Amino acid sequence: MASQRISRGWKWSNLYLIAVFVVLYAPIFFLTLYSFNSGGAMHDFEGFTLEWYKEVFADTRLLIIVLNTLVIALLSSALSTILGVLGALAIQHVRRRRTQNMLLAFNNVLIVSPDVIIGASFLILFTIIGIKLGFVSVLLAHIAFSVPIVVIMVLPKLEEMSSTWIDAARDLGASRSDVLTKVILPYIRPGIFAGFFMALTYSLDDFAVTFFVTGNGYSTLAVEIYSRARQGISLSINALSTLIFLFTIILVIGYYFINQRGNRPPGTEVQQ
Amino acid sequence: MSVKSRNLYLIPYAAWIVLFVVAPIALIVYYSLFDIEGKFTFSNYSDFFTPVYMRMTLSSFWYAFLITAFSLLIAYPAAYLLTRTKHKQLWLLLIILPSWINLLLKAYAFLGLFGTYGIVNAALETFGIGRQQILFTDFSFVFVSVYIFIPFMILPVFNALEKMNPSLIDASRDLGASAWTTFRRVVFPLTINGVKAGCQAVFIPALSLFMITRLIAGNRVITLGTAIEQHFLVTQDWGMGATIAVFLVVIMALIMVLTGNRPKREVSR
Amino acid sequence: MKQLVRMFIAVFVVAFALVYGVHLLNSSEGYAGSNTLTIYNWGDYIDPDLITEFEKESGLKVIYQTFDSNEAMMTKIEQGGTTFDVSVPSEYAISKMKEENLLLPIDHNKLPNLAHIDERFLNLSFDPNNEYSIPYFWGTVGIVYNPSMLDGWQIKSWNDLWDPRLRNQILLVDGAREVIGFGLNSLHYSLNDTEEAHLQEAKNKLSTLTPNVKAIVGDEIKMLLANEEAAVGVVWSGDASEIMGENENLDYVVPEEGSNLWFDNMVIPKTARNIEGAYKFMNFMLDPEHAAQNAEYVGYSTPNKDALAILPEDISGDERFYPVPELTEKLEVYRNLGKRMLAHYNELFLEFKMHRK
Repeated sequence: MASQRISRGWKWSNLYLIAVFVVLYAPIFFLTLYSFNSGGAMHDFEGFTLEWYKEVFADTRLLIIVLNTLVIALLSSALSTILGVLGALAIQHVRRRRTQNMLLAFNNVLIVSPDVIIGASFLILFTIIGIKLGFVSVLLAHIAFSVPIVVIMVLPKLEEMSSTWIDAARDLGASRSDVLTKVILPYIRPGIFAGFFMALTYSLDDFAVTFFVTGNGYSTLAVEIYSRARQGISLSINALSTLIFLFTIILVIGYYFINQRGNRPPGTEVQQ
Repeated sequence: MSVKSRNLYLIPYAAWIVLFVVAPIALIVYYSLFDIEGKFTFSNYSDFFTPVYMRMTLSSFWYAFLITAFSLLIAYPAAYLLTRTKHKQLWLLLIILPSWINLLLKAYAFLGLFGTYGIVNAALETFGIGRQQILFTDFSFVFVSVYIFIPFMILPVFNALEKMNPSLIDASRDLGASAWTTFRRVVFPLTINGVKAGCQAVFIPALSLFMITRLIAGNRVITLGTAIEQHFLVTQDWGMGATIAVFLVVIMALIMVLTGNRPKREVSR
Repeated sequence: MKQLVRMFIAVFVVAFALVYGVHLLNSSEGYAGSNTLTIYNWGDYIDPDLITEFEKESGLKVIYQTFDSNEAMMTKIEQGGTTFDVSVPSEYAISKMKEENLLLPIDHNKLPNLAHIDERFLNLSFDPNNEYSIPYFWGTVGIVYNPSMLDGWQIKSWNDLWDPRLRNQILLVDGAREVIGFGLNSLHYSLNDTEEAHLQEAKNKLSTLTPNVKAIVGDEIKMLLANEEAAVGVVWSGDASEIMGENENLDYVVPEEGSNLWFDNMVIPKTARNIEGAYKFMNFMLDPEHAAQNAEYVGYSTPNKDALAILPEDISGDERFYPVPELTEKLEVYRNLGKRMLAHYNELFLEFKMHRK
């Protein structure tokens, strides 16, 4: 290990990382700070209050929307992860480079298309197929735009895995399904996790696509916040974001340490 | 590998491609061939090559370039330092975490931070620099865009750095190369694929940013994305919106081809 | 592998537990039945207490969904797949929706409270005899300004905006009709003008406004003006009353050259399921008590003359928001200029935005 070199640049480098983290979290702390403001707006801090938190729990519609958002995020990222892993395997298995590149190009179309276009074209598509706007249409749309990001995350891991490994496993008599579950999947697991989390990120963050394909009273948090923003955002939304943020940060840290105790941390086992 | 196993993987994925990629593209191309009154025409395409849209395309490219460059500049050292930390996977997750908070809310927070009477200006004043207009400037636009995209740059660079064998650095240093030379000749070339992936992940979406252009830049920056949003949601000129979208897809394809970095690898047997 | 499977199982279990939670919450709120009324309205454009009261009175459950632009709303209704029972478009959108057969005719016999509406808001050109729409709110477009930031200067006209004292002090709403409209008004043309020469003249005049414009923004304009981020804003009257509620330094004026008079009316989209419920809701909102309560909450001007009588004097007597008929006669209602003209307005607006570079 190159521990000597690390200790030499220790202070400076940590400062840099700290600065990056401070900037990344500054807006969130700003939101959190004002969620305690009795003044009622995101300026002029007047006094401490928990009123906005009470309001969150009294607002059943908001809670339903939060749960809806989580359901959509979890289901869409899980399903798109499965679909995306299959996709990455498919691309990997295709032998001709041309076909491979074509598949990849198709894959990337949704990543780079502006949300508005995706939303509008999905809206037309769902109407043509005859899917009622609501839970199903939103779920389908989220799965659809999360699949390519999973593929992108998984594919490099698959490619870095040398094919001699698979051949070796096959030569040693492993069945095809054994090769998949015992060799390939464990190896690409970091990619799968990364893909899942990116899909979760995309889903939680999406506003424009959902805005188009939702209907009949079904709503996600991003859409609801957008429509509430018309009158200036109520601080109860700040309070809600703070709660969600705390919840996820506990979840992430908890997950990480539980995982680390049970196994080696994801990702590190890849290195030889 | 037999044809059978290949097909099994391909079926659900191909179905997804047909339904959610090919069909929407076909719809967009179809819509781009109609004018606002529903008549078949190629006029949308000739309209695109007028000075207004050409200027818009150029400025979109310029801002996307700036955003990508600054993202890389900030993300690379951050990713490098992250690989040296103890709980690196945890820190990486914590880099992604802020993007789970609603973008609109964060944009409003930036309005508060950057405002004339905001926290940043208050700090500037106490340092004796005095109040500046931060909001609605190129600076605030690029800053917030970089803020949004930075996780998408850090992630691939981090992965590339992780893959690199650390003993290569030691070898280089042992052979007498300076830190800068080691970086330039050893580290950077070895992580170039991660950098490329990150640049793609930032540059292409940056071409079509919207919402931020209004909230943070006060419509001083007009990107192709803003124009598409306008055409779809305000003018309801879906034809023109779809035409710009077709161009974006083409530009995207070109960028993918130009920076194409599929590593050469042996196809088994 | 085991870890992967475990994670996926956990995700699905959590997701289904959450679905069950939503179901519980929904049924505890009574949304589960078919006895619902779906209202598609602008965000925060109704007093939520009125919805609760209506639910109690009618026994219906209200699903309140919001949109942020007439165009987005029309796209949704046009595509189908939704069941909105009541919506509240603006006047030009109503005439457009009428043309495209997106609305159901309204039976006035089912709305006894329609009698409370002031006649000057009935039978307007965009919907003769109110065949398809019932007045909800109305207002104007004007200038909000902060005299304390302008050394007490009182802005009176659109042309004041070009004053060099306002350098980098103006916020504009992000609306093509509004901005091109005041450009035309400042030249004493109609804001429904379609003559190319006039439009070009307006655009050229607007480009000279560029140094004074700080930003072109959306709804956040209210927050920015209340925070004194800029001294002047071009806004809708309802937004103005809200801003003034937050910051008392500000004042609102409808410019003397003329301006826009707008109406938001209730309609029944063709996708409606619960038509009886829609009538009940409209009649409920037309009740003077309810209309007054709503006007006080939302801050826009009510067309309900008996509601006006109930409202406190400082609201109903405020001529900035309830201009006398002589003044409103000088104001113009947006005409539906047709898609092509609207696209042209947007193109000019786009050029104006780009000009700043």
